[in-house]
Amino acid sequence: MNELLKKLSKARGVAGHEGAVRAILREELAPFVEELSVDSIGNLIAHKGGSDAAGQHRVMLAAHMDEVGGMVMRANSDGTVKFRSVGGLDPRILPGKRVTIGPQSVPGVILRAPHAARSGRRAVPISDLLIDTGGAGGIEPGDMITFESGYEQYGKLLKGKAFDDRVGCYILAELLKSEFPCELVGVFTVQEEIGLRGAGVAAYTVQPDVAVALEGTVADDLPKQNDVSPTTELGKGPAISVMDRSAHADRRLVRILTETASDHGIPWQIKQPGVGGTDVGTIHLARAGVPAVAVAVPCRYIHTPAALMDPEDVKNTIQLMSKALSGPLGRPLRAGWSEA
Amino acid sequence: MRALIEELCGVFGPSGQEERIREAIINHLDGLVDEIQTDRLGNLIAVKRPAAGVEKGKRIMLAAHMDEIGIMVTHVDAQGFCRFTTIGGVVTNALIGSRVHFANGVEGAFGLEGSPIARERPAPQKLFLDVGADSRENARVQVGDSAVFRSSFGAVGDRLFAPNLDDRIGCAVLIQTLRELKSSPHELLAVFTAQEEVGARGATTAGYGLEPEIILAIDVTATGDFPQATPMEVALGKGPAIKVMDRRMISHPKVRGWLESTAREQDIPYQLEVLEFGSTDASAVQVSRAGVPAGTVSIPCRYVHTPSQVADYNDACGAVRLLVNALGGEYPQ
Amino acid sequence: MNSDKKPQGSDCFSLLKELSETPGVSGQEDRIRARVSEHLAPLVDELHTDTLGNLTGHRRGSDSPAKRVMLAAHMDEIGLIVTRLEKGFLRFAVVGGVDVGALPAQEVTVHGRADLPGLIASRPPHVLSQEEREKPFAQADLFIDVGLPAGELAEYVSVGDFISIRRCAGRLGNGYASGKAFDNRVSVVVLLQALHILQQRSHAWDIFAVVTVQEEIGLRGAKTAAFQVQPDVGIALDVTYAEQQGATAEEALPMGSGPAIGLGPNLHPVLRKLLVDTAGRNEIPFTNEVLPGNSGTDAWTMQVSRSGIPTALISVPVRNMHTPAETVALKDIERSARLLAETICELPDDLSALALDDQA
Repeated sequence: MNELLKKLSKARGVAGHEGAVRAILREELAPFVEELSVDSIGNLIAHKGGSDAAGQHRVMLAAHMDEVGGMVMRANSDGTVKFRSVGGLDPRILPGKRVTIGPQSVPGVILRAPHAARSGRRAVPISDLLIDTGGAGGIEPGDMITFESGYEQYGKLLKGKAFDDRVGCYILAELLKSEFPCELVGVFTVQEEIGLRGAGVAAYTVQPDVAVALEGTVADDLPKQNDVSPTTELGKGPAISVMDRSAHADRRLVRILTETASDHGIPWQIKQPGVGGTDVGTIHLARAGVPAVAVAVPCRYIHTPAALMDPEDVKNTIQLMSKALSGPLGRPLRAGWSEA
Repeated sequence: MRALIEELCGVFGPSGQEERIREAIINHLDGLVDEIQTDRLGNLIAVKRPAAGVEKGKRIMLAAHMDEIGIMVTHVDAQGFCRFTTIGGVVTNALIGSRVHFANGVEGAFGLEGSPIARERPAPQKLFLDVGADSRENARVQVGDSAVFRSSFGAVGDRLFAPNLDDRIGCAVLIQTLRELKSSPHELLAVFTAQEEVGARGATTAGYGLEPEIILAIDVTATGDFPQATPMEVALGKGPAIKVMDRRMISHPKVRGWLESTAREQDIPYQLEVLEFGSTDASAVQVSRAGVPAGTVSIPCRYVHTPSQVADYNDACGAVRLLVNALGGEYPQ
Repeated sequence: MNSDKKPQGSDCFSLLKELSETPGVSGQEDRIRARVSEHLAPLVDELHTDTLGNLTGHRRGSDSPAKRVMLAAHMDEIGLIVTRLEKGFLRFAVVGGVDVGALPAQEVTVHGRADLPGLIASRPPHVLSQEEREKPFAQADLFIDVGLPAGELAEYVSVGDFISIRRCAGRLGNGYASGKAFDNRVSVVVLLQALHILQQRSHAWDIFAVVTVQEEIGLRGAKTAAFQVQPDVGIALDVTYAEQQGATAEEALPMGSGPAIGLGPNLHPVLRKLLVDTAGRNEIPFTNEVLPGNSGTDAWTMQVSRSGIPTALISVPVRNMHTPAETVALKDIERSARLLAETICELPDDLSALALDDQA
């Protein structure tokens, strides 16, 4: 649907190798923000002062640039490659997939050792898988491995790789093109998939009053025998996290987002509590604490080469964040606490 | 203090939703401290300044966590049954047969899929919660609502029974310490922390914000005094435990020595604790900024993280005496 | 160590042996700290012990004000701790990632009121059933026997006393040495040797040589030290897995192949290149340690201290990790020390030389 989203989805960047994504965003945002900087771990920090200079309220929005993928451990002389995952990969979806390796974009396919292919009873661990490059050369230990996958329309949905979290990067970039009353710091973080590493460092530097992580998150809305949670569902609007493995959301921020959505007729859903983690995990513990929440676009099959998402959910997430930033999210949180 | 423990054990406060327990504690701090504030993560911070003219005092953070373990609804099905996730390290074996309640008073009972005869150790995914509804529409709870374990407070002699002695008994000990402490050379930062059960998150940010010179946590610890327990010296009724080590931290030898020598001088029975599982707020504050000398006064408690916890009232009283005497004097040079 | 003595193989072994045999279980590092202090003091301008017990040697550079490089080598070792006295025997818990399978019949030192020799006791196989014999020992099956009657034991030992492995370091063939706590006394030797080399050299940057504590129980010392020092660059020194039977080829490095330079998201690519180029220029053989995620070293916590620190990792390959028979090739220690010293001399005048570009 959109050139920027397509470029971001196709860019290659696992944790520690986010340069290509950073370059796209840097170029895209230069005309719209007052300052762009890169810190020592690789976070791209974009700053906008805000139209209301008196109301010093600093909002940090975070989206991570890295995607799940692999790393070359060893290139064998026969053209095969031993590798490990960088971030959480489900080894069961790997055999037979096409990948791209290293700065020279060497193509390869993931093989299973024949004995492993025969056994079939338990999932083959990544340490038993190999990538076959046909012996092209040009591969070094430490090179990144990314999935090869086209960006295209599937019916009403979009298909591509790395929607977790390039869709968040896209949404954040779009928001940074608009003007809001509050001071806005957009942080495109690194190394989320290996432990929320970049976001904590950035939050220490930025010292925000509140923070929102923008994510692409799990949708498990396939047919199931039991009546259990779909985690999130495509087409039902932005998914707001109350609690996941990394953080409890600030309850005041959850209420601001749900009320803003309802006031403006924007659909929204609560993400299944207890599942996954986001940059909020490190952001909310920075220095003396930061009230924070995560908002996500539901994506089917994240952490595989081909995720699906609904462009309406993307649009609605941008809409919700714009309304919230123009409204209560852009103003200081009311002091004190009461039962939310 | 017995009534205080019972009162605090009756207040709703799962991790991340500590509003009510915070209010309940604030009500008891009136007149005991110089300043009360709530920080950005919801920690309740009560400051008691040193007596005027005293110069040798330290800035001491005392942390007792006010949150408790519980569950959160993840899905309400068409028949009104709820699926849930745990908040903190809930022992899932203990769920069947126990009850929870929600902030709005709705009760919940746990059920397990399948035949009652074929029951084995329950996988969490096979458990569900019955909240007295017969459809999604008339269920009075929704996704994201939390509940806590609720069983009546009980006592047999000095043995106390409650679902959340971890760490309401510590909160009571801290309040009682503030009540009994006539004067202290130290600046005391009594922090009733939020979100301890999900990773000492409140203590992490409070420790950074307050920059204490010493951190003492007041929390429960496991015991080795029941059949086939993990070998461990700590037992109920033998006094408060002074922590040597737990899963995440090793106490600062000077802090530990300060507590031990106070106990010996005052003839307060105490035990030394090496805990192989779990940790406390002190572990988080110990590595805050450039590091903080850390120790923990523990109240022995059986069956922690289940809905039926048992502690001995005399150990809590011993913990108060230990803290009052330690904080009333100088920190060793 | 005297500044006029050139570090040689024999010196390296005797220093390693001395440090290896000095006890220093995580949380009770006072004896190893005192021993390291003696060696570190002549090589630095100031020496300081912080709240958690990290020992920091500050050696000034020629620039003023100078930029700061923090070197981190942990001095703590894995060990045991007393949990209970039971009928004249001791029950224990592990401190750090002890390989319980290597404990039975091992001699230990119980650091009670006095140092007591002891050994890890288990029931003899003769009296066990076939089924029992086939299972490895669990921690709950093991006791420590110090040969004292129950009444006397309580006079010397109490709950919370630390226990270290009792093992002399010795040479093996081929320039190898073996002993306990080579993780990470090997790197403490690397650190001391590098500072020794720098006695003869000029370096612009200030060096904060931090011998950290409590690494084995969660990188705790390095976390607070990095916050305190606020370095511009961090270099962690640790050991890594060397090739041996059972270790996968892609995750273990050959013995004697020189220092391993860490490679992966934990390590700053531009700083890493400086190490690689320095090794090449000085003809120091090295290998790459590929780390797709958590390096499990002080580098992991240094990298995310405050607003972030460009961090590198130099590792020495060691066999039989976390057992009483850790084994190292001595020449790898000396090469690592040279690489570290040369790298410190090469640190750039301008921090913008370490800026990330969009290639990485």
